[in-house]
Amino acid sequence: MRGEGTNPSYGMKDLAVETKDLVRVYRRRGSSKNSQDSRIVALDGVTLEIPYGELFGLLGPNGAGKTTLIKILVTLLLPTSGTARVAGLDVVEQAHQVRELISMVSGGEHSGYGLLTVREQLWMFSQFYGLPTRLALARIDELLRIVGLYDERNRRVSDLSTGMRQKMNLVRGLLSDPLVFFLDEPTVGLDVSAARDIRAYIREWIREKPGRTILLTTHYMHEAEELCDRVAIIHKGRIIASDTPSALRRNAAGGSYFLLTTEHLPDGGWLKEVPGVRRVDTRALDGRTEIRLQLAEDGVIAGVVKALADRDRKIYSLTKVEPSLEDVFIQIVGRRLEEVDEAG
Amino acid sequence: MRPGRGIVRFLRAMVGRSYPRIIGSNRDKSWLFYDTVLPLLGTIAFVYVYKTLGAPERFVGYVIMGGATTAFWMNVMWSMAAQFYWEKQGGNLELYLMMPCGLTPILLGMSLGGLVATLLRAILIVSLGSLLFHVSYTLRQIPLFLLIFAVTVVALYGLGVVFASLFLFWGREAWHTVNLFMEPVFLASGFYFPVRALGFWVGVGASIIPLTLGLDAMRQLLFAGSHPALLPARVELAFLVVLALFFLLLARRLLQQMEYLARREGRLSLRF
Repeated sequence: MRGEGTNPSYGMKDLAVETKDLVRVYRRRGSSKNSQDSRIVALDGVTLEIPYGELFGLLGPNGAGKTTLIKILVTLLLPTSGTARVAGLDVVEQAHQVRELISMVSGGEHSGYGLLTVREQLWMFSQFYGLPTRLALARIDELLRIVGLYDERNRRVSDLSTGMRQKMNLVRGLLSDPLVFFLDEPTVGLDVSAARDIRAYIREWIREKPGRTILLTTHYMHEAEELCDRVAIIHKGRIIASDTPSALRRNAAGGSYFLLTTEHLPDGGWLKEVPGVRRVDTRALDGRTEIRLQLAEDGVIAGVVKALADRDRKIYSLTKVEPSLEDVFIQIVGRRLEEVDEAG
Repeated sequence: MRPGRGIVRFLRAMVGRSYPRIIGSNRDKSWLFYDTVLPLLGTIAFVYVYKTLGAPERFVGYVIMGGATTAFWMNVMWSMAAQFYWEKQGGNLELYLMMPCGLTPILLGMSLGGLVATLLRAILIVSLGSLLFHVSYTLRQIPLFLLIFAVTVVALYGLGVVFASLFLFWGREAWHTVNLFMEPVFLASGFYFPVRALGFWVGVGASIIPLTLGLDAMRQLLFAGSHPALLPARVELAFLVVLALFFLLLARRLLQQMEYLARREGRLSLRF
């Protein structure tokens, strides 16, 4: 639909996505309009700039505002205040023009009709973009081959596994060759293999289409690290950090990180009492305990080793590790992402 | 080859959305039983009531016509009015709202697909019923008959789009609302008897449902001279044209309003 390899410049600053002080407030059902309890602030002044050609990740726990931001950008929701532009077009005033240039795929999506075959379903969606049938079918077959679903093209959608279905959804999203592609937790609920495949296709697509942009939301740290050129961490509707994964790790994680394996240690919380230990995360591992430590500096590890030795705990391995985005998240938010998810 | 825009894309989108409806009827043939045999049973019951009472033969024809018309009404209510609600539950509505073709061709595609299947059902019911009870029709003014049928369908499906938007506002009550609009409409629109029997003003009131006038006008042309008409067929056609225009304009307005509210409130189109 658009010239391959070009870098379109619809916006003044050549930005694929631009938001400024974006706020979205939901009103809780059944509560009085004036009450403070009736308001849920899903986005609280989000400002973002994503240039063309970038695979940008939005990382945050459930309820952080990721999906709300994407829904505003794909013209499905109106912002309460602030502005949002996609390809230089205002998502409120120029929604119809924006829709010509974008596409979205969500995790756990069950769009379409189970009685259709994969090829029929994709053809139906291609018609909503006005693709001539011959071109549409050629593109569908090509994309199905790329995602490894070509042999299933005549299978009914209702008979597909979750992973196959998500691959089909990905093809659906790519049919229109979007300028800006929005992926809302595309691997949620998938098994390891299917999620890996999906990530590989996403990487491949952006590599082959240098002018295209992807905004991906996820609450999987490793997914953001593996895929994204830049990552923004969103929490309680605010962007609390934004940079390349390596820069975030370098600048925001703080301190030194060690991975230590000991014999079974039911409660490692006391290690926090060792001077210089900032955080201790333990997990059981085949009868042993793996301890991830955040220390004020490298030298603190000596105190940790001594404390374990004083308690007659064998140490099987000790490795200095690079901080992960998980560490960055903990450093900024104060809790692990899963803990925030569980707390709601 | 380039993707179409404007009217080309509009037509392609319409055909695309009608496809699942048409292919669905072909793949799952259980409708042949549920949508023809079952409605026919209800129709037959009314036929026997008239026969027992010794009513004129044309009443059997009224009932069969009414039985066929129920297929249209059920299609409009279940497959159009409630459709946005089902599409929302299935996760399609938010995708449809994002499509560059807009909602209108998608809804028209649903109607087109539904109409093909419903027309087939109606023909089957009329054929089977007429064969079983030896009903004879004296169809005069075929062009007028076809015109009345076409305008009725346009008005009816316009009403379907109006309901589709309204049902989405009412959310999860769609199921009950559809049920609410079944038997009362069968009664008020005179599906199984001439609507004039309810009295002139009740008939006029019930004419807000296009099937009331459409059915009455078509019965006049099929049973000429013996049908107690509500209004002359040509007058009813004129009213049907007004109704069709009214419902189409209202449908357009409500679709725009629905899309705006969906974007403002979030809950209308999105599942979260």
